[in-house]
Amino acid sequence: MLLIDCPFCGPRAEIEFRCGGESHIQRPGPHTEVSDAEWADYLYNRENPKGEHRERWFHAAGCRRWFNAARDTVTHRFRVTYKMGEACPEAGESAVSEAAPGAVAGGVI
Amino acid sequence: MTRRYSALSLLREGLNGQRGWEPAWRDPAPKTRYDAIVIGGGGHGLATAYYLAKNHGLTNVALIERGWIGGGNTGRNTTIIRSNYFFPESAAFYEFSVQLYEKLSDELNYNIMFSQRGMWTLAHDRHGLEMARRSANAMLLNGIDAEFHDGPSVYAHIPGLNPDPRFPILGGVNQPRGGSARHDAVAWGYARAASALGVDIIQNCEVQDFLIEGGQVRGVETSHGTMRSDRVGMAVAGHSSVLAAKAGLRLPVSSYALQAFVSEPVKPCLDTVILSPATGTYLSQSDKGELVLGAGLDLYLSYAQRGNLPWMERAAAGVLELFPQFSRMRFLRQWAGIVDVVHDSTPIIGPTAVGGLYINCGWGTGGFKAIPAGGWCLAHVMATGRSHPLADAFGIERFTTGALIDEASASGIAH
Amino acid sequence: MSGWRLKAAGRVDRGARISFTWAGRTLHGHPGDTLASALMANGVSIVGRSFKYHRPRGLLAAGLEEPNAIVQLETGAVAVPNVKATQIELYEGLVANPVNAKPSAEFDLLAANSMFKRFIPAAFYYKTFMWPNWHWFEPAIRKAAGLGNAPEGVDPDSYDHRFAHTDIMVVGSGAAGLAAAIVAAKGGEKVLLVEADAELGGGLLAEPSEIEGLTAIAWRDRMLAALSGMPNVTVMNRTMAFGFYDHQLVGLCERMTDHLPPHQRSGPRQRLWKVRAKRAILATGAFERPMAFARNDLPGVMLASAAQTYALRYGVAPGRRIVVATNNDSAYQAAFALHDAGVGIAAIVDSRARGGDAIAGAAARGIRTIMDSAPVKAKGRRRVGGVVVAAVADGKASESIACDIVLMSNGWNPAVHLHSQSGGSLAFNSSLEAFLPSKSVQAAVNVGAAAGIFDLDAAIASGRAAGQDDAVAAPLPASVGPTLHFADGDARAGTAWVDFQNDVTAGDVQIAARENFRSVEHLKRYTTLGMASDQGKTSNVTGIHMLSNLLGKAPQAIGTTKFRPPFDPVTIGGFAGRAVGENLMPIAQSAAHASALAAGAKMENYGSWLRPACFPRAGEDEHVAVAREVLAVRGQVGLFDASPLGKIEVKGPDAAEFLQRVYVNGVRNLKVGRCRYGLMLSEHGIIYDDGVFAKIAEDHYLVGTTSGHAAAIADTLQEWLQCEWTDLKVLVENVTTGWAVMNVAGPKARAVLEAIGTEIDLSRDAFPHMAYREGLVGGVPARIQRVSFSGELSYEISVPWNYGRALWDAMIQAGAPHDIVPFGVEALMALRIEKGFLHVGSDTDGTTMPQDVGFGGAVAKKPDDFIGRRSTMTPEGRRVDRRQLVGLETLDTGGAFECGAHILASETKGIGATQGWVTSSVQSPTLGRPLAMALIERGTARIGETVQVWDLGKGRPARIVDPRFYDPAGEKLDG
Repeated sequence: MLLIDCPFCGPRAEIEFRCGGESHIQRPGPHTEVSDAEWADYLYNRENPKGEHRERWFHAAGCRRWFNAARDTVTHRFRVTYKMGEACPEAGESAVSEAAPGAVAGGVI
Repeated sequence: MTRRYSALSLLREGLNGQRGWEPAWRDPAPKTRYDAIVIGGGGHGLATAYYLAKNHGLTNVALIERGWIGGGNTGRNTTIIRSNYFFPESAAFYEFSVQLYEKLSDELNYNIMFSQRGMWTLAHDRHGLEMARRSANAMLLNGIDAEFHDGPSVYAHIPGLNPDPRFPILGGVNQPRGGSARHDAVAWGYARAASALGVDIIQNCEVQDFLIEGGQVRGVETSHGTMRSDRVGMAVAGHSSVLAAKAGLRLPVSSYALQAFVSEPVKPCLDTVILSPATGTYLSQSDKGELVLGAGLDLYLSYAQRGNLPWMERAAAGVLELFPQFSRMRFLRQWAGIVDVVHDSTPIIGPTAVGGLYINCGWGTGGFKAIPAGGWCLAHVMATGRSHPLADAFGIERFTTGALIDEASASGIAH
Repeated sequence: MSGWRLKAAGRVDRGARISFTWAGRTLHGHPGDTLASALMANGVSIVGRSFKYHRPRGLLAAGLEEPNAIVQLETGAVAVPNVKATQIELYEGLVANPVNAKPSAEFDLLAANSMFKRFIPAAFYYKTFMWPNWHWFEPAIRKAAGLGNAPEGVDPDSYDHRFAHTDIMVVGSGAAGLAAAIVAAKGGEKVLLVEADAELGGGLLAEPSEIEGLTAIAWRDRMLAALSGMPNVTVMNRTMAFGFYDHQLVGLCERMTDHLPPHQRSGPRQRLWKVRAKRAILATGAFERPMAFARNDLPGVMLASAAQTYALRYGVAPGRRIVVATNNDSAYQAAFALHDAGVGIAAIVDSRARGGDAIAGAAARGIRTIMDSAPVKAKGRRRVGGVVVAAVADGKASESIACDIVLMSNGWNPAVHLHSQSGGSLAFNSSLEAFLPSKSVQAAVNVGAAAGIFDLDAAIASGRAAGQDDAVAAPLPASVGPTLHFADGDARAGTAWVDFQNDVTAGDVQIAARENFRSVEHLKRYTTLGMASDQGKTSNVTGIHMLSNLLGKAPQAIGTTKFRPPFDPVTIGGFAGRAVGENLMPIAQSAAHASALAAGAKMENYGSWLRPACFPRAGEDEHVAVAREVLAVRGQVGLFDASPLGKIEVKGPDAAEFLQRVYVNGVRNLKVGRCRYGLMLSEHGIIYDDGVFAKIAEDHYLVGTTSGHAAAIADTLQEWLQCEWTDLKVLVENVTTGWAVMNVAGPKARAVLEAIGTEIDLSRDAFPHMAYREGLVGGVPARIQRVSFSGELSYEISVPWNYGRALWDAMIQAGAPHDIVPFGVEALMALRIEKGFLHVGSDTDGTTMPQDVGFGGAVAKKPDDFIGRRSTMTPEGRRVDRRQLVGLETLDTGGAFECGAHILASETKGIGATQGWVTSSVQSPTLGRPLAMALIERGTARIGETVQVWDLGKGRPARIVDPRFYDPAGEKLDG
């Protein structure tokens, strides 16, 4: 069971959250000008990397806020969590989770 | 040709100290050129290699496996075989697969122990009952065996079912020809038969890159060197996106961990396969006596083939809702496989944007039952360049045209 | 019969006697015994039968690695199958039976399998039973398989779940674990020490040597006393750490009552703990390896360490004349312990050229040692009568020694299970011939025997180091002697057991290698080595050694199979915890639930809600009750508790713009105080939900959803606002359970509402259809929407949830003069089908788009984008042969169609291609004839056409019609 560092609440157990999948996807529009192929790419195609994935999470049984995370899909380690609308901090940059008091690093030390 | 298996051969080898058994498949050194290369030594890849040789006479074939054959989802699933699908396209495909399974032990001279003890999908409320009826009718109209049962009939057929459940059991659909098989045996049986027909099975061999010239595949670079071929098929469920990315392809696939559990073995106490949609419980008892359970997906991307506690708790609760008397039995083992999930729970079989490169993926949680047909259809399109009629609707272009075959949401059956 | 109770040794309470029943015989033991030690003390040598060949088996081990002594504990609803006798604490009245043996373990009919053993080696079943069909053979094989029996009846016990957080978790209370816990606790850390055994101390409980000048037990007691004085330490015995999961989560199973006589048990049977430990110290010990020699499965062949434990901890000896076979020093301790307790040691057979320090102890005791040698065969029929010893150099038999027990030790395997589960890697140590923990990927460290550190002082040092977060020193190289392997093809390999429970022999490993099952996973799966209920704790590494020997490949290159949770089997009920029965999932009750029950409601599950299906009166079946309720609504007035309807408040300056993007329908031109019906799609263009939304103020909307989707839609709206349209200023709140909703419907609805009393002007012009008003109703602040799912004059009155029941009661009272009747969900469904109103989920499925249910025009009129719009414009969305929602009439006297029946062309004989399906169906009480709705290919264009409705093999004629069956002009809406 993952321990997820909500930028608003701090570390909480996985069962409080819902994962919303890949983040930073731009919704194409307007609808009258989007081709079938562009629309399909937006709706269905995914990076699905083996390694770091930038994804969004919803603290459903908590603050009910969405946030972003960079998580490794093999080790499940969260490198960083950050707020919606922010760019993903690169490794080494300061980030929300690193600043949050009482935060526990992800699974891998 | 490898020695034929029979009661007689067991008798002979019993007297001979078991010294005469030959390798089930050869371990050849890879060649530099093949008529076809299949990537992925799971059930689908092995079946593809076998049918390339058997149905299409292509015997100069390499089957490349990164680890050990049958080590992915083929060896990690809950071994259910069924064709209780709703839409005609799915029904025809999966029914063909069940029919191939019914003859597979004989065809491969390898006992895959296909045990047709029925596959029940329960209905827990009025709407579920209506959907079960809709599903049973769809199956019957597609020429598939189906029985629609009311609540008392379900109880009469499945002894031990909880008489006082939280989610009442109002009825269900049974596919009597559904059941389970020995998953490893499917991989090994295909491997042995393919190898006997000339297919080179190369284990511990990782594909590092594709050779692509002018939009046409020309071979693969592997940890064992370059292998050339103008026809390459990918059947690497769970890792489809990662492999396809090496060929510059983006797929409508997400990889999730699917968990399964077994209990300690007990004497026979459950004689069929049960799916309860109310809790997502998928339950059967193996020939060895273990209760075998499938759970749902952890809905975050994962390439980690390991179990997780929340699903174990949910799976346990789901079992006890159906059979409270199993409460004091114990779970022996939990594990996970990585499955390809596409939006409509229907596979992708066919060509890709790269000429000569074909794909078989997107099986979600249900690839095992499709192994014979999946291999058959991938072999067909690899050998002929044309989609097999059974897989016509399964092309990747359906995500652009919108012609999805959304089994999960149309039939009320988990996939 | 050769085991016996020693005169003095052991920690059992000889002053008290416990009676128990084994296989129908009453036997006796002492407090502190396990079932296994008590059986040994009673001279029981055959404790079970093996899985495949049904060979008689005795105790191999003393701990949870035991493969042979698998028992059925107790009977009926409290039975537990497949428990290891070594794990059962003896209690008064205990009843246990061997499994997989008929009629008894002593004499088992299926032992005949053993005679055919040579014809049914590993994986034989893949090679036969194919003709004529597997189904001919399977039933007999199923019956023969399995071990114990599933319990019969509902488990009377309960199981708890608990969560905990700790700085340090120490797993295992042996010397290293205790040392670690003390040091960590002194450093001020919060420490949790868990021990699977009933008694704390691990190996110290059978340790003959002294520690720091104290006996092992005295040292343990001193450590425990120190720990008990520290408030930051929690010690839990009978608690097994079964799994090490992601992000420092360790699963524990605490056994609360299993050790008590049944009548003394109360409270939960077990607790499942989920503990986040900032750091874990794994002091899980090690398992001794058996030796694989011919007929090594005879009762009387056991692990040396087990005999030591039986002697020193339980005060029992397995026999009277013992041969010890070893490749290392540890087994000498077992020999000495037994010798010193008065048991005869015939010889110690050591595969090493020169023994270690222990040799001197043997000489001092006058015990004969035979070096450079190993056992090749055990003798005896039903139990050990002797052992044949051979020189390691050539494998040639040199001597046969008479004995009744053979103890063996082929080295030790650290219990690396938790380390491996946590993601840690393993490295083969050729000096120990074992896999040791290598890199950790979580904050976990291995100490003591779990780290390959077998020397007691070094183990304690490793624990202390880990306790203060210092590096643990590498294990000292050990001198483990050579293993005698049978040559490939040697017939004796076929009787040299590797996996005792699953009956896998060295010969089977050879077959696997011969047939190219050379990956360690293939070996496991092909032979079933390591797949038994002990999960290979005594067999996996031996198998890897053999494969290594056969293939000439280093064990490190072969690797291990995966270590999966649980470490030892865990009760299914324990995982389920309290989530059983009605607690499996919460049941939501509507606001007027109690009044509805009092009115005779027949309750049913509709999604997560328990709702009245109907209100049958005496003598009425559901059909009659529903018809009466429908006619009452049409004729006078009915009352429906609609509280579960989804209610979501949408507020803010951009509320209109937001909903304009959410609904298929236009939102911007809606006026304050008005309502509108709307469809919501998924982004894939599929109809997701429908409902009425009301405009309360310029910046405030109330969004109605179906009961089942309220929470999900609130979440979806949040996602769009927070992730996509972050510039919109809108708040969304799900208030479904904040407001009870009573729906009064029928020509007399207005009169009932007036009778209750309201300040709202109810007149037709002041409060028209699809209007929204607020005001006091019966003195309670209310929101009223004039909307109708029944087609009659209808008000949905929302009041704060806790007033819901009072409003219901008041309306029943006020409506009495008008013959008001309560009606349930089924009557509402009948009413809406009569009107041809869509019910999302019934009349739509995962393929249905708005153009399929008559909303094509609404979409075309709207210029703006909305969720899912682009997906309706794909080639698939534009197909002319899409399934469309239409009505169906019967053309025969067969009654209502079945929901779920399919539509075929009328001329089809037998089965054919489906054209759609019946989605809603009712025998209309109002119109007196069956009505149905269906999704049919090109349905709208086929109105008037005759089709066939096909259900479970039978076809009936039907006509496609407009679904607005009743009051198509809507004249009844105003009452």
